[in-house]
This record gives sequence, C-alpha cells and structure tokens, in this order.
Amino acid sequence: MAVKWESINVGETLPDLSKKPGVSQLVKYAAGSGDFNPLHHDYNFFQSQAIGSIIVHGRFKYASLGELVSNWLGHQGRIKKLSCQYRGMDFPDKEFTCKGTVDRKWEEGGEKLAELTIWAENTEGAKTTPGKAIVAFK
Amino acid sequence: MAEQFELTDEMKSKVGWESPPWTYEVTTTSVRAFARGVGYTDPVYFDIEAAKKAGYRNLPAPPTYLGTAVFIPGKTDDTFSFPPGSFPDVRHGLPGLLDGGTETEYFDQICAGDILTGTVRLAGLDVKESKGLGKMLIISSESIFKNQEGKVVAIQRGQAIFY
Repeated sequence: MAVKWESINVGETLPDLSKKPGVSQLVKYAAGSGDFNPLHHDYNFFQSQAIGSIIVHGRFKYASLGELVSNWLGHQGRIKKLSCQYRGMDFPDKEFTCKGTVDRKWEEGGEKLAELTIWAENTEGAKTTPGKAIVAFK
Repeated sequence: MAEQFELTDEMKSKVGWESPPWTYEVTTTSVRAFARGVGYTDPVYFDIEAAKKAGYRNLPAPPTYLGTAVFIPGKTDDTFSFPPGSFPDVRHGLPGLLDGGTETEYFDQICAGDILTGTVRLAGLDVKESKGLGKMLIISSESIFKNQEGKVVAIQRGQAIFY
C-alpha cells in the first residue's frame, strides 16, 4: 500500500483512518504516553463532571494523525514535520475520522517532499483537530 | 473568566528560560506500549524483524512519540509524567488550562535503544482575548530532544492556553 513520490498528485486524498476509542483504548494511550490526566479516564473527576464526560486526549488525536500519515507512507519516507491544533473535544465511543489531502509536491536540497493538510473530524463533520504535515520520500 | 490580564515585567523576564535536561528512554517495550495505545496494527511498530525489513535499525518511534521521561517518584509529575523542573515559574493566577496545539519537527530517525535528552525552553508569552474565555495567556514552549550522539533529532513546540 506504500505510495511513491513520483505517483502522488496534488489534490489526492489519503485513505481515511476512522477510530472509535472507548475508555479501555484511552487507558492504553494513558499508559503508553504517560498522560494520566483523570479527565481522560475518570468520570468522577471534577472537570469530567463539569463537561459531563471524560474526553479523548488531544494528543491521542495528534498521534492518530501521525498514524494516518504513517499508514499512507508505508515506511517509504519519513515525517519531517507534523502539527495540529486542538479546537474541539471528542468523546469516548464516538467515532472520529482522520483525513488528509496532498497540497504540494516539490524537490528541495535533493529531497522529494510533499505537504499535506490533515485533520480529524467528528460524525457531524466538525474538524476538531486541523493540522499539517511535511514528508520526505526515500 | 478573566476580564483583565496583562503581562508583567516579571512574567516577561521568564521568556528564554530553559529547564534542566532530563532523560527520555525509547525502548522496545515503550514503543510497543505507545503504538498499542494509539491503536496501530502496523507490525513495524511491534515486530523487530518487520522493522528491520522496513529499513529501521530497531522498532521506530511512532510519530509524536519522543520517548518516555524517566520516572522518579516524588520528583516526576505524577499526573502528566513531566520531568521535575520542566515548567517555568510564570505566576499568572489564571485557573483554566487548555492545550492549544503541538508541532513536532524531526531531523533524524528515532528507534528503540535510543536515549534522548530533552530540555524545554519558554519561547514566548502572548495575551489574546476570546469571546468565550475572556483574556487568555498563551505560553509557547519549545522542547529540544538530542540523542545519545548529541544530535538534535526532534524539536516539539506547543501552546498552553491559560484563562
């Protein structure tokens, strides 16, 4: 499934990556990342009670955008830059989908590069986590 | 909601502040734990043979994973696992906190077996106003990660929003 720089086109889309993390998945992410903020696993935490739910780690969505790009690249290149902003909350057991498009393709300093617009959106189509990536192909 | 908030000279004097260095370990176990936490199924992040076949020297760190800070009870932040002394002492008095965003720039491969040294720098302080949250203080930080050879392998920038 790996892509080649020569065959990608500006405007093409990356294969979607949909996720519906439940509490167990968020607990696994907490353990893997070291982020044990109770807002992401404890419904009795004051902030969870104020919101009415625990919420998905912003960084889980950031890492998922990394997974979107990693799956597309298929190890035929490397990520040079990956960024996102946390604009909206996502909730456990609610699906969100990571998406991306190729914005630009160019060569610079002997590297074959591409710039991507990436984002996570919820089932209502709201982009909760917009971002950008730059990748260099082998 | 803060109606009034201004940067004081004392706050501004903290820009450029740098944390002491701290060790971040990238191990086969920590890479697998992170990849599992994100929900990867790609064997390259779990199986060393698959990683080598894909051209890596060991399990590669998945995107956004920059090692696990060495944990010392009583020193490390117990909730976020942040190393001791990794926050500048900016006394702003604003109670709310939001994560604004993250950017990671990579300069080289990071694989299991690497030992990274990270330092955090206070890159900037800005005050903005939002309709919903009132006056907000945006603390921009920059974390620099060097590997065991002293090479800068990644720089991570983030914005913490206090309101």
